[in-house]
Amino acid sequence: MSAANSAHSVVEPNRSSKRIAGTIVILYALITLIPLVWIFLTSIKSPPDSISYPPKIVFTPSLEGYCNLFTTRTRQTPDYIASLPAPAGTCEEVTRKRNMVIAGPSNFLPRFINSLVIAFGSTFLAVLLGTLAAYGFSRFKVPLADDLLFFILSTRMMPPIAVAIPIYLMYRELGLSDTAVGMILLYTAVNVSLAVWLLKGFIDEIPREYEEAAMIDGYTRLQAFRKVVLPQATTGIAATAIFCLIFAWNEYAFAALLTSGEAQTAPPFIPTIIGEGGQDWPAVAAGTTIFLIPILVFTILLRKQLLRGITFGAVRK
Amino acid sequence: MTISHSSIIENTVDATARATPVSVARRVRGLSDRAIAWLFIAPAIILLLAINIFPLIWAIYLSFTNYRANRPNAPVQGVGLGNYQRVLNDPDIWQAMQTTAHFVFWTIILQTVIGFSLAYLIDRKFRGHAFWTTIILIPMMLSPAVVGNFWRFLYEPQIGLFAYAVSLVSGIPTSDIQMLGNVTLAPWAIIIVDTWMWTPYVMLICLAGLRSIPDYIYEAAEVDRASPWRQFWSITVPMALPFIMLAVLFRGIENFKMFDMVTLLTGGGPGSVTEVASITLKRVAFESWATGRASAFAIVLFVAVFGLANIYVKALNRVKQR
Repeated sequence: MSAANSAHSVVEPNRSSKRIAGTIVILYALITLIPLVWIFLTSIKSPPDSISYPPKIVFTPSLEGYCNLFTTRTRQTPDYIASLPAPAGTCEEVTRKRNMVIAGPSNFLPRFINSLVIAFGSTFLAVLLGTLAAYGFSRFKVPLADDLLFFILSTRMMPPIAVAIPIYLMYRELGLSDTAVGMILLYTAVNVSLAVWLLKGFIDEIPREYEEAAMIDGYTRLQAFRKVVLPQATTGIAATAIFCLIFAWNEYAFAALLTSGEAQTAPPFIPTIIGEGGQDWPAVAAGTTIFLIPILVFTILLRKQLLRGITFGAVRK
Repeated sequence: MTISHSSIIENTVDATARATPVSVARRVRGLSDRAIAWLFIAPAIILLLAINIFPLIWAIYLSFTNYRANRPNAPVQGVGLGNYQRVLNDPDIWQAMQTTAHFVFWTIILQTVIGFSLAYLIDRKFRGHAFWTTIILIPMMLSPAVVGNFWRFLYEPQIGLFAYAVSLVSGIPTSDIQMLGNVTLAPWAIIIVDTWMWTPYVMLICLAGLRSIPDYIYEAAEVDRASPWRQFWSITVPMALPFIMLAVLFRGIENFKMFDMVTLLTGGGPGSVTEVASITLKRVAFESWATGRASAFAIVLFVAVFGLANIYVKALNRVKQR
């Protein structure tokens, strides 16, 4: 529709200026992609290939990175590999063929699961609390509403490290340090401010008349909320959920300070993967790749709502 | 479309309402709107009080004591304003604030210039612009720590792709391209990664600003035979300015808190040339275990961000009203 409109407009950019604009943007996008492509390529290199100079663009793909990432073994000697029965697992085959030792343990899986549990748990809670509060702020005269909303937003201005000190002490007293519950509560609190602001914007746009009509028809306020407002707000709720999920998924500072083993998530863990004689870059790249995939999918799903989410709904599109 | 939509809703509402037993409806209706409002808002507020405000008050209390978190049983003594005095007189902390300001300044300049230029070009709506915009947005969705860690690999002078590419283009031997080990280059290594990651963010907000300018203003300028240059400076820039300023505000607050990327790329080094405020704070709190002094520093930081943000928002509102 907008294309048809602008075709008639006087200001429609001419063809050559479009072509120049397109070329520059595509060039920038390709440069932006290089580090990401390199992460993926490194993840399917063998350790020697990953650190060869000049950097190898053509190489024989290897699954060693992924194998090292998920292994729980401390060490595999060539003798041990030779002693394995013939139809061994994929990873054993890889190591046997290359006659390499797996240095570990990496054991990425529990950290990845921690990330999943904490990110989804905190997202669910933040969206639940956020939806309720947003509806409250949107539909009722709340005393000091503006101040409360500003207070909610200002909780995001504190550097995470600054809040981490008292939270560290508090969690130590309550036995919540290094637990999934503690991290879920913490991320929920951080995300609830975003959820309230975003969802208030979405709910404000649903006409009040819908609920009023429902209430005239004999619905209670709560029923009207559940059966009229919630279904109308689904898109907004979904977008908010994905933003909360992305934050909780990517968060590093709190995770690095408040978790060490039990509840450690992937972001503080991936950089610590050490192989024989230094960082095991293929394994790090493999962990990074696996960790980035969900976010790539969400970015593509979310591109239309992105703007509101990153600006707390301050910019409407 | 809206009419049919709402009538569908009203019809279903009607049907469900008729199906609802009256007694239940009456009982729940006993809740006044005011009660519901508080019932809905309270959980979020209580959580924020427990996880944000209570720790903040605790931090304020600790900032007046000599408490050390690694000795929880040692007697706690009040030290008055001593911690604040030490923080404000500590040259290391001033150095860290200066480093932080340096990062905030350069990242904002670079991200605003590149981000706005990209948005301006994308706004030409060339073929496939939606696809390429989505590609450009990917870095900002990733974890700064995980990505920062991988950039450390790209920067390696012996094996990294970055040094190789720079040396290929410039002819400088790779051993001289020590991005993370060189005192002059290390801050720029971080600025480059931050710009790579967050330019899309600024671009997106600028794009919204450019799209908000109605076409008829340009049409009027065209009728008045205003040059493209003139149109750019008298229409495009002023109309998009509130959006650009908003992007600067959000990036400024975020980069003031910068921690993960610096930790993973340089850890504050070499020496302490990239030691930003958050890293110093972490050192004081979790390495020196001077919890009281760290709390005082945290409060000073918070007041600084909060104050600067408030002044900035006032300026932003003035621009908006113009």
